[in-house]
Amino acid sequence: MSRKEQLQQEREKLIEEKGVICFENVSMEFPQNNFPAVNDISLNIKKGEFVFVVGDNGSGKSTMLKLILRELKPTEGDVYVMGQKTSKLRHGKIPKFRRNIGFVFQDFRLLPERNVFDNVAFAQRIVEAEPAEIRKNVPEVLTQVGLAGKYKARIDQLSGGEQQRVAIARALVNKPAILLADEPTGNLDPNSAWEIVQLLEEINREHGTTVIVVTHNREIVDAFQKRVVTMRRGVIVSDVEGGEYHNEG
Amino acid sequence: MKVRTLFYTIRQGFANLFRNKWYSLASVATIAACLFLLGIFYCIVANFESIVIKAEEGVSVTVFFHNEYDKCDDHTEAQLGDEARVAQIGDLIRARSEVSEAIYISDDEAWATFAAEYYGDSYAEGFLENPLAGEYSYEIYLSDVSKQGDLVDWLNSIPEIRKVNFSEMTADTLSGANLLIAYVSMGIIIVLLAVSAFLIHNTVSMGISVRATEINIMKYVGATDFFVRAPFLLEGILIGLVGACIPLIVIYNLYNYALSYIVNRFAILSNFLNFLSVHEIFRILTPLSLLLGMGIGFIGSFTTVRKHLHV
Repeated sequence: MSRKEQLQQEREKLIEEKGVICFENVSMEFPQNNFPAVNDISLNIKKGEFVFVVGDNGSGKSTMLKLILRELKPTEGDVYVMGQKTSKLRHGKIPKFRRNIGFVFQDFRLLPERNVFDNVAFAQRIVEAEPAEIRKNVPEVLTQVGLAGKYKARIDQLSGGEQQRVAIARALVNKPAILLADEPTGNLDPNSAWEIVQLLEEINREHGTTVIVVTHNREIVDAFQKRVVTMRRGVIVSDVEGGEYHNEG
Repeated sequence: MKVRTLFYTIRQGFANLFRNKWYSLASVATIAACLFLLGIFYCIVANFESIVIKAEEGVSVTVFFHNEYDKCDDHTEAQLGDEARVAQIGDLIRARSEVSEAIYISDDEAWATFAAEYYGDSYAEGFLENPLAGEYSYEIYLSDVSKQGDLVDWLNSIPEIRKVNFSEMTADTLSGANLLIAYVSMGIIIVLLAVSAFLIHNTVSMGISVRATEINIMKYVGATDFFVRAPFLLEGILIGLVGACIPLIVIYNLYNYALSYIVNRFAILSNFLNFLSVHEIFRILTPLSLLLGMGIGFIGSFTTVRKHLHV
């Protein structure tokens, strides 16, 4: 067995044991702050799970996402993503690691000078996909998010909900195992917000993609009855399967 | 990197130029302005240096040898060198690094020149014998006028040499001028480059901050640092290249015009001031400007993009 195959086997074993995402007594302190952004948190997320992460501003939700993306390294404890200990990843290995993770921002972060197709294809070009693959994958994923007819449209011709769909398509086109969404409904009207979370749920259900949604939207969290992780001041105060938006800490 | 990605990077580099045309124009203008000043300054300095070098080439040291007819009473028999010894000393002089040329002047040649200059041909015919018999000399031209003092000291230490003629003031003035040019040009070039780097850094920073989102997305999607950086570097190099070509074209025309104006209007100047031709100037200025332009563009982009890569 080659070294690569051996590593892959070890990772699969770790995913089985710890889940696709695992926080083990993780703390993250910023030198400019007096208290840790996350404080001794432990969490396991299994393959194919849909998890809401809720909490007030400054509760550590975004830090948690940054730790998953290896934008930050924990000051204490270990973070495992897809069986890889993120603190052990060298800078040069981070791009390949991130290709397993799709990321959706609150403010969409689309490229306004490119059309819908090019915004999605942009993610494929970055991973050096074959042109034929791009021509096949981009329409497919645009169909999946309900924008098949708008691939030529300019970004400023789309509604907020449609822009977020483009962002989701861009996050999905490289077929990531994990999809992170940081306040994906924060800039949307209630109807669009509802549709976007439904879309994320559909992706999770149909493709088995692990989805983590950071949100403040109580209605949506309560309605979807998924696993809810509630954070307060850097600590996980509750982690409930089929739960509701937790108000107490 | 795949060839396809290379082409994509090149396409993006060019596309970025047009996508951000105001930023590109501002950057090109900044580089062009800086390199224009540098080019003008180079033209002035190069011409000044060439004039000084020409003047240096005219500075000579003349040495005379002891001979039995000279009026020097204290020379010994041993100091009277024969022609072979004079030739040998000539070789020693030529072997010195600061000497560019040493012309041997025999007593007959010396008399021919002297007689023609001071008496005219007819009067000189009255001399049956050469009054300068035995007066061998060398006219020595220097490649480095600042070392004239060392050469004179060395010449004076040779027993056969009776007299060394030289102008200390000319040599000092010229070598001083040379040193001044070197210091002033170094100072001005450093200041110009520092100003260029500062202006270009600001312009590139402004341009890139507009595109921080694009870099940010690329990093989140899993782009390597090289993939993110390459189009920006190419864009920086292209901006530098265009920014270098503009002042080169302007200076080429301006220099040609100035040269013909000076030659036509102040013809007397060209008798003793040798201006460099436009080709001589551009042989150095073209590669210098292109390299500086591309280098500034490359470094400006490299350092500015680096700040945005830590995502």
